[in-house]
Amino acid sequence: MREALAAAEARFLAPANLTEGQLATQLGAMLRGDIDFADLYFQHAEQQAFVLEDGRVRDASFSIDHGVGLRAVAGAKTGFAYANGIDGAALKAAANAASAIADGRGATGQAVAFTASAGAPSLYAVENALASVSDETKTARLRALDALARTLDARVSQVSASLVGRQETVMVLASDGTRCADERPLVRFSVSVVVEKNGRRERGSAGGGGRISFAELLEGDRLEDWVREAVRIALVNLDAVDAPAGSMPVVLGPGWPGVLLHEAVGHGLEGDFNRRGTSTFSNRVGEAVASPLCTVVDQGNLPQRRGSLTIDDEGTATGETVLIENGVLRGYLQDKTNARLMNVAPTGNGRRESYAHLPMPRMTNTFLRAGQDDPEDILRSVQRGLYAVNFGGGSVDITSGKFVFSTTEAYLIEEGRITAPVKGATLIGQGPEVMNRITAVGHDLALDSGVGVCGKDGQSVPVGVGQPTLKVSSMTVGGTGA
Amino acid sequence: MADKQGAALSAERLGVNEAGRAALAERAAQLLARAKARGATAAEVSLAKRQNLELTVRQGALETLEQTEGQDLSLTVFRGQRSATVSSSDLSPEACETLVEKALFLADQAEEDPHAGLAPPELAPAVLPNLDLFHPWALSLDEARALASACEAAALAVSPELRNSEGATVASALGLSCYANSQGFQAIEPRSRHGLYAAVIAGEGARMQRDGWGVTRRCPDDGLDPQAVGRRAGERALARLDARPVPTGRYPVVFDSTVASTLLGHFVGAISGGALYRRASFLLDALGEMLFPPRYSITEDPLRPRGLASASFDDDAVATAPKAFVAEGRLESYALSVYAGRRLGLAPTGNGGGVHNLAMNHDGLSREALLEELGTGLWITELMGQGVNGVTGDYSRGAAGFWVEKGQIAYPVQEITVAGQLRDIYRNIRAVADDGEQPRAVEVGSMLIDGMTIAGA
Repeated sequence: MREALAAAEARFLAPANLTEGQLATQLGAMLRGDIDFADLYFQHAEQQAFVLEDGRVRDASFSIDHGVGLRAVAGAKTGFAYANGIDGAALKAAANAASAIADGRGATGQAVAFTASAGAPSLYAVENALASVSDETKTARLRALDALARTLDARVSQVSASLVGRQETVMVLASDGTRCADERPLVRFSVSVVVEKNGRRERGSAGGGGRISFAELLEGDRLEDWVREAVRIALVNLDAVDAPAGSMPVVLGPGWPGVLLHEAVGHGLEGDFNRRGTSTFSNRVGEAVASPLCTVVDQGNLPQRRGSLTIDDEGTATGETVLIENGVLRGYLQDKTNARLMNVAPTGNGRRESYAHLPMPRMTNTFLRAGQDDPEDILRSVQRGLYAVNFGGGSVDITSGKFVFSTTEAYLIEEGRITAPVKGATLIGQGPEVMNRITAVGHDLALDSGVGVCGKDGQSVPVGVGQPTLKVSSMTVGGTGA
Repeated sequence: MADKQGAALSAERLGVNEAGRAALAERAAQLLARAKARGATAAEVSLAKRQNLELTVRQGALETLEQTEGQDLSLTVFRGQRSATVSSSDLSPEACETLVEKALFLADQAEEDPHAGLAPPELAPAVLPNLDLFHPWALSLDEARALASACEAAALAVSPELRNSEGATVASALGLSCYANSQGFQAIEPRSRHGLYAAVIAGEGARMQRDGWGVTRRCPDDGLDPQAVGRRAGERALARLDARPVPTGRYPVVFDSTVASTLLGHFVGAISGGALYRRASFLLDALGEMLFPPRYSITEDPLRPRGLASASFDDDAVATAPKAFVAEGRLESYALSVYAGRRLGLAPTGNGGGVHNLAMNHDGLSREALLEELGTGLWITELMGQGVNGVTGDYSRGAAGFWVEKGQIAYPVQEITVAGQLRDIYRNIRAVADDGEQPRAVEVGSMLIDGMTIAGA
């Protein structure tokens, strides 16, 4: 952390001859009228992408995002502005714009002093994710992966693949004394193939990554495994029959199907919705909201995971938050503002897409803890139902609790056995109702491979999900078949 | 916030004047010159400056105020048939120098692509028509706050069942963008966009339902009425109370005009060059086919004054023009960028970056008449999730709306899915109402479609 702080100060303050003392003064000046909290979020991000299409690395791109976001808070009221150029004049103009929410005569500014940061150990010891491997190595690997996909099966007609990496430095200074920084790597590999047989076409996609360097991502043959996975899924779907329609038992596979928890539980437990009383989970701490088999946690401090952060975007150290314990609601995901208004501690879930966006309570890595059941036994217990192992995205209406997620690889279960693959179908249910219908939880907890993106109020952040194999006794499956 | 009485946004500060435009043009020219000096054989650059005001009032009190100003640039360089793109929010001269270097380095990492390159210069517009897209809103913070308060109050006043709120928001944005390429084409255009939105909660506890409404306009005088927006938000939330699923089955379905636009969105996705050359479209090789009943056409009108998706040239600097994608049911044109056109051996259609002001014609029926025509079936007013497979056209999404019996609304419906096949959906449109909202980027009335599968209780 100290090293990150030194690097951040060199990046953001030195070029403009700004000192921490000046920034403390600036923050103090923002505390006028009824404003009782202010913070500065400096960010410099560099992103690089190589995209292979039609056998060629035809698209190379690079981008820089650089700026500082300023926030003033008075109770439930927030003012916000940002500046792309970081210098004294730009900061002052943005501070005035953010502080325009001030009401009343009250203070005309207060003294702010930063606390010496003790420093949490970084969860991702990476010097520079982008520069860890030469660009030639990245493009050559993409070409080799394209060739691999085409040799795996003659029905593969199109391959798109990309390597995307981001390295960012953030620094948070706040009127509550917060002074900390983080250097965050994030890399991802994605592959999508189209297969064709007798005029029928299907697509399969796979990929993964995390807060590691390109060098680590490219180690071993994980990328090759993801290419095989994409081809396998596409070929499975070539033979898919119509998905069934109606209510039936649903068995969800381990790992990425944990998008169930993200939609059915996670969003509804974000502190802002619950402070406003607009979530189906509002005012229900201590109540049973899921079957006793369910313990759901959000954990931001797992090393190297895509959804992990050493500190959140308000400088709070991340950790493990138990949301539901043996079916009982224990607490919400909090940022500083909502924690303060609800009189609880922040949980390290204050996140923002960038300096140009306001932070709010967001998930990190959200998963259901392992249970006792054998996955094979869970499948055997179903007479007729759906076994879903891969999903596209999902979404939720947090007020009614209705949520959906859509399969991209699923099979019929008939008399306890997996039979025909079925076409993609949307599953719909109500959060607490579906959680209460979880009647079996496997011992095979897995987290996803590192591709998740979560959207809220127009802001995207990387997240992780996970779960063991589990059974929902009844859920609505939106196919077209009988 | 009593000390801020002037207009929150300023066209002057954004640089929408002679000096500001000249400075932006100069900057673009410098970047192109620098790229050329470093070995680029061709280049194009986009520069954009923005000002945004967004103010939200919740339960009568100010909740958030965002006043932001930003900028960014995007530069694409070509070295023969190799290319790369760089972008940045840091426009300092040092950052620009680094970016140009980086772009040329990256272009050398990419592979030769016979289809790469700028559009033929003769495809650029000869003159730039005035599309009337810039109308600043002289709104002070206090005025914005009063508008948002009035909008939320109008929503909550609809019924005593409406007690909680997600707030009402006033948003205003000004932008100034400059596009220039090494073939000598250059355009500088200011644009504005203003909106009013509200979302409220009906009922309490397990009965709670949320819904809202919003409008977006280029010009603040074109119907940003806080009372009308608020009332509609309140009515929509109230109407959802006590919704329940319907039994699984096949029914005729009306897609309300507010969600019917997504069906045209999937159509546009499938006729887009990228999906076609990747062979990832269910409308591959469909040019000339009858896809819709013969009384329907789907057109775009890029040059409509004050249109939300108006543009006189596309992302490739190709001039746009009004045209039909579907004429009397038949697919007449794909939506192609220059690159996609070259890949497919077709002329570009001025759709690099998408379509502009899409519209579908209707049958002159009111919504009430359309529900009469539906008879007994489902009227869908909300769709959820992403369950649309663009490669196969398989369609399965979450939905909510109303059960209709003999043309009359019987009860609200939720927790169901609606599924089918997009080719069948387009072919089975029985009627389109005249209730499409205007202006919208996609204008279409409520659509009655036969034979969709609903999964519910």
